[in-house]
Amino acid sequence: METPKQNHIDKNDFDHVYEPAEDSYLLIDALEKDLQYLKSKNPTFCLEVGSGSGIVITAFGMAFPKTVCFSTDINFKACSMSKSTALQNKVMLETINMDLGSCFIGNKFDVILFNPPYVVTDSDECGSCDITASWAGGIKGREVTDRMLDLIPKILTVDGTFYLLLIEDNIPNEVISIMADYGFNSDIVIKRRVRNECQLVVKFFQDKNI
Amino acid sequence: MKLITHNMLTSKCLKGVITGYPLAITATVVKVSEVEYNPEFISRIIPKLDWEVLWKAADSIGHNEGLPPTIDPKFEDNEEFLRKAHKVLLEVEVEEGYLTCPESGRQFPITKGIPNMLLTEAEVQ
Repeated sequence: METPKQNHIDKNDFDHVYEPAEDSYLLIDALEKDLQYLKSKNPTFCLEVGSGSGIVITAFGMAFPKTVCFSTDINFKACSMSKSTALQNKVMLETINMDLGSCFIGNKFDVILFNPPYVVTDSDECGSCDITASWAGGIKGREVTDRMLDLIPKILTVDGTFYLLLIEDNIPNEVISIMADYGFNSDIVIKRRVRNECQLVVKFFQDKNI
Repeated sequence: MKLITHNMLTSKCLKGVITGYPLAITATVVKVSEVEYNPEFISRIIPKLDWEVLWKAADSIGHNEGLPPTIDPKFEDNEEFLRKAHKVLLEVEVEEGYLTCPESGRQFPITKGIPNMLLTEAEVQ
């Protein structure tokens, strides 16, 4: 998968929008590793929640020109940046300023991507609409992620796939068990140690025949 | 915001709202930009949409482009239809305006093509 061009972005805008970092690239690498599987699924609609600069969904759109791509972010500046990143890379992207995927009708997305705010913080740091929202995850770094898990069965198609980035502090096994209760299987796609943080991407799916 | 997005948005996350679908569109600025036509791509999208909602939305902003209100069962073979559907779904964009919840009347502004669906804590279910 190609890395989207980012030279259109004014560096000062990263004061307000999460700048692509190791975690963003790990999510792209996970998609690349799963490319054959994703291609076999031939997704119609893909959604990235909390798209920030937009590089992940744009990379997806570049690899899947026949998929309609959507992104949401709670921060309007991030929505704007996602839209311009897609445009600069000739990807058609629909962007909505929304909390997670809370305003979509049922079960439309074949692929959902989420690099959540995963840093363990106090609960009251979590829940803003600015740059803090891109990293502050509250208790276990999971407060936002857990709300998203609850939405997945409502907005993912029955044979859809959800890719989620986590760090060890988020207790991935708990996330896997919450999703198992919703009827989802899981696989760890990729794992990497970055400085003192262990990051991983887990995929969740309901079909049993892969 | 393209009409394909409008087809997927609901305001049911508002407290007291049951379906919140479809949202009404008020467009003050509409842009039509050329997107490469691909018949397989557009044929694949059409069955996944609520056609009636799409047609009414397109008509309400003056861009039904002569599309029929109902889909012909053999639409895949009808190039004229597919080209019109392509235009309505992918080329017509609401740049400025707002969406309105059909039940509560709550308005959601569309600015620079981006709908703002954020709710205050007091508004959430």
